[in-house]
Formats: sequence, structure tokens, C-alpha cells
Amino acid sequence: MSGPSNYQPKSALGRWVHERLPIVAFAQDHLMSFPTPKNLNYWYAFGGILAVMLVVQLITGIVLAMHYTAHVDMAFSSVEHIMRDVNYGWLLRYMHANGASMFFIAVYIHMFKGMYYGSYKAPREILWMIGVLIYLIMMATAFMGYVLPWGQMSFWGAKVITNLFSAIPFFGEAITTWLWGGFSVDNPTINRFYALHYLLPFVLAGLVGLHIWALHVPGNGNPTGINVKSSQDTVPFHPYYTMKDAFAIVVFMLLFAAFLFFAPNYLGHAVNYLPANPLVTPAHIVPEWYYLPFYAILRAIPDKLGGVVAMFGSILILFVLPWLDTSRVRSGTYRPIFKQFFWIFVLVCIGLGYLGSKPAEGLYVVFSRILTAYYFLHFIVILPLIGLLETPKPLPSSISDDVLAKKKPMVPAE
Amino acid sequence: MSTAVHADVNRRDFLFIATGAAAAVGAALTAWPFINQMNPDASVLAMASIEVDLAPLAEGQEITIKWRGNPVIVRHRTLKEIEAAKAVPMAELKDPVARSEVANDGDPATDENRTVKGHEQFLIMMGVCTHLGCVPQGDNPAKEFAVVEGSTKTGGWFCPCHGSHYDTAGRIRKGPAPENLLVPEYKYLSDTKIQIGA
Repeated sequence: MSGPSNYQPKSALGRWVHERLPIVAFAQDHLMSFPTPKNLNYWYAFGGILAVMLVVQLITGIVLAMHYTAHVDMAFSSVEHIMRDVNYGWLLRYMHANGASMFFIAVYIHMFKGMYYGSYKAPREILWMIGVLIYLIMMATAFMGYVLPWGQMSFWGAKVITNLFSAIPFFGEAITTWLWGGFSVDNPTINRFYALHYLLPFVLAGLVGLHIWALHVPGNGNPTGINVKSSQDTVPFHPYYTMKDAFAIVVFMLLFAAFLFFAPNYLGHAVNYLPANPLVTPAHIVPEWYYLPFYAILRAIPDKLGGVVAMFGSILILFVLPWLDTSRVRSGTYRPIFKQFFWIFVLVCIGLGYLGSKPAEGLYVVFSRILTAYYFLHFIVILPLIGLLETPKPLPSSISDDVLAKKKPMVPAE
Repeated sequence: MSTAVHADVNRRDFLFIATGAAAAVGAALTAWPFINQMNPDASVLAMASIEVDLAPLAEGQEITIKWRGNPVIVRHRTLKEIEAAKAVPMAELKDPVARSEVANDGDPATDENRTVKGHEQFLIMMGVCTHLGCVPQGDNPAKEFAVVEGSTKTGGWFCPCHGSHYDTAGRIRKGPAPENLLVPEYKYLSDTKIQIGA
């Protein structure tokens, strides 16, 4: 997919630049004329949506940093200062806070799309693994960002999450003390979290570059899961997918705006508008919604180290997903049995999210355990087995044939 | 020719390994300040001890004080609570070790080992759940909870985050926490005054 460039500089200046730094050719090859399968549906638009959300978070974050103070005595009031005094501060902060949620909505859809269409299969394993790394760093960044307003949920979230590391045998306590810079979450902690919260998005931007690089080596996958066979199967990225992505981005922004302007605190927790108090834990502490499935897994295991291992394991298992799925057919569209288990898996993840928001008692614990067991079974037993046992439906001979077959026959006039 | 190549390879190998080793040691030495700067600094370590006056604490009352950034629970236990703690057979305990810095390392988790002799009514321990660090709640008449499921015992502490139950000696009885609540190092300066920390 990355053959010799077709770019021809049209002016003397263009030629002069091209001979010294072929950046325009690079942009044209990768952003404009890049051959893209012509059958991509809207699930494939979430990559572009995520790129936009990363930029939104970077820009709003940098301006918020101009008004925020990372100190235990001032952090909470500096956030209130942003909300009340700074010009449009309320808008910028709500954009940043709700933007994080939108970012996660998009990343979850993007990941489920990858799972359904087998986007992680050869030759796209490294592309997928970079994606998992991006997701992990996103979670770390969002966690540290949530600590910065220094409300009750910020403080206790920080304490619980950093305490996860105390489950590590032998070095656990030394590691948590090192993370805190003290004997509890305190001023050194908020300071370093702020520094890292500012740094990591740029690391993310770098990883997104690698993600796109790894994507552009084999080229995009597509809903049929079969390879591009001829130029008949592709269209140039611009204007076809720039326009399609732009439309999807606009629709997604409507959802963002709905939260931002009509329910800016819906996804947050009211108790985080109380300043952090290291002596009182809120009665019901829950993480942000995007961590809830993993929180449910953590609490499902009645053992500290076991719970922490299961929680991290539930994310790390995604790294080996390309080798757990034994089917040679990429797309779930042609895998009748897989398709059903895929949707069960989606429901299990949503179910775990619901259970993570509930107190850890009674039936909630029982269901958390059942769903946690199923989560791991899906990867370790179900996926490898379906690949071996299932008979896939016949694949179309090419992307182009598939597109034409779906098109309704033209009825001639008269 | 083969001996010449051999001698040459040996000498180059030595230089290569020596250079690599020097670079690795240098990198490790340079990395250490960057890692260690995150450990507790001198000002954090300086806040080491605090004095607490126990006189105003009536039987059945409990206070929480802040020591080195963490809550310390100080409870004037009722006779009933002390007896309940003493009645627990050692075999029933999830964590059989005292976790007490006023006893010796590895001592059994008896009520005696978790308090100071002659002052058994005062239970002093970290209000930091050994699971993930929340503050266990206790002494709340509205929230009577069975320390061991199915029993009618009440009292002790309950961690709201992930449901760990501690008994009236602060020992873990049920839930995900692995250890008893830590009893910090403290000493009686007088009959009614303690110093936590050294």
C-alpha cells in the first residue's frame, strides 16, 4: 500500500522543498490518495473521531493548565476559580471533563469494532497491540486527570487505585510509598500526577502516529475481512473518507454537545464537589463509568492480590487476542457462531459495568463473579474453540463483488 | 590467518564489553536520582510523631486523628467489646498475625498483642483498610453490622469501599482485606496521654 509516490510538485518552490523534505508527498500519500477499501461502514469512522477527541483534550487541557494550581490547599479552589471567574472557564472545563467520557465512548466502540471484524488478525497484530497500549495509557491519563480537582472522589479514587500496587508481593508497600512520595496520597502525589497528566497525552499522540503507520503498511481492513485485490476495491481516502469521517464526527459532536450543554455533570459524581478529606471515605465510592467493568472484576475476586491480577489481566489479555482467535476468517459477518458469542461478550462487558457501579454485596457479588468468569472464558476457551469448530459462510470473491451484490438491481424506466 | 582473526576478536570483544559495562553502570547511576526523587522527601519524613490526650474520651467514644497524612482510629472500648474480642478463638482469624508495632514481629493476633498492657480499653490503630486504603467506619449506631456472617455480633469496623469487616480488636474477619488493621508504634507518656510515632 505504500508504493512509490505519485506526487509531482507543480511549482519551482514545491520542487525545491520536495527535494529537501518530501513532506507534501508524505501527506498526499497518507492523507489524500491513500487507497482505502470502498466498503467501509460508519463503525470505521471512530478512528477519525478518536483523533479529533485527542486534539480536543490536548487543546482544552493546555488552556486549563494556565489556570489550575496543583497543590492540596489550592487545587480544589483553583478548579472552582476556573468554573466561576475565568472567562469561559466553565465551558473549557466541561469540555475537558465530558471530552474524556466521549473519548472513552469512542474508544470502546472502536475496540468492539476491531473485535467484531477481526481487525487484530494477521498482518495487523502490531497495529492492534499498539491500540491496546494506547488504551492503557488513556486509562492512566484519565485517572490522573480525575485526581487533579482534589474532590472527595478524586482523593479516594487515587488512594484506592494506587493501593492496587500494594498487592504486589514483597515490594508492594515500597512501590506505593514511592508512587505517593509520602505515607498517603498527599501534596507530592498531586504534583507528580499533574506533571504526568500533562506529559502522557503527548505520548499518546506519538503512539497514535505509530498506530497509523502500522495501519498504513497493510492498509485498512474492511467489513468483509478479505484483502484488497485490485484498484477496483479501493477509493482514495480524500475526498471519500475525509467526507464520510467528517459527517460521523459532526454527529458525534452532537452527542458531545448534548452532554456538554445539557447534562455536564451527568457522568460525574456529586461528591467530587466536596473538597478532599483524608479522614473520611465517601459512603459509596465508584470510579468513573469507563473503569466500571474492571472495577467489578477487581471486586469479584475475594482476594486482594487475586483481584488486582484479574483486573489487570482482563486488559492485558487483549494483547494476545490475535493468537487466541484461531479462525482464519477475519470478519464476524461470515462467522455465524462467533457473531452470537460476540454480542454476548458485549452484553457481559456492559453487565460488568453495571455491577461495578453497585455496592459489593449480596447478589451483585454473585453476578460479578459469574460475568468475570465468562469474560475470561470468552478469550481463553470460547474464541479458540469456535475458530476450530465453526463452519464459516462463503466469502465474497472480492470487495467489489460484495459491494455490487448488495446493490439492488436497477429497475429500468418504463 | 585464523589465529590473527581470533586474537583480534578477543581484544575487540573485551573493549566492547568493557565499554558496554561502563555505559550500563553509568546509566544506572544516573537513573537512580531520577527514580529516588519520588520517594518521601525530608519534609515528609520530618512529620514523624504526634501526641494525643485520651482523657476526654469517654467509654464507647472514638476519635480519628491525622498522622503522617493517614487517619488513626483511637477508640475507648466498652467492656463488652473487649470481651467479644478476647472470646474469638485464634483459629477463626483470617490473619493470625498481630500486625502490631506495640508487640513483637509475628506475635499472634490476640487482643492483648494489639493493645498496651494495662490500657486495654484503648485501641489505637491505623484507619487504613488493608485492602485498598479506605477508612473503615465504626461506632455508628445506625449501621450495626454482623462481623461474621450469620452471627448476631455487632461492633467493630466496616470498610464501605469493598466490604471488609473488622472485629472489635480491628482484626479482619470477612471481606477482601488480607491483614488486620495496623497498630502503629506508640507509647504512653502518662496514663492519659500517648505519643504516636517515634
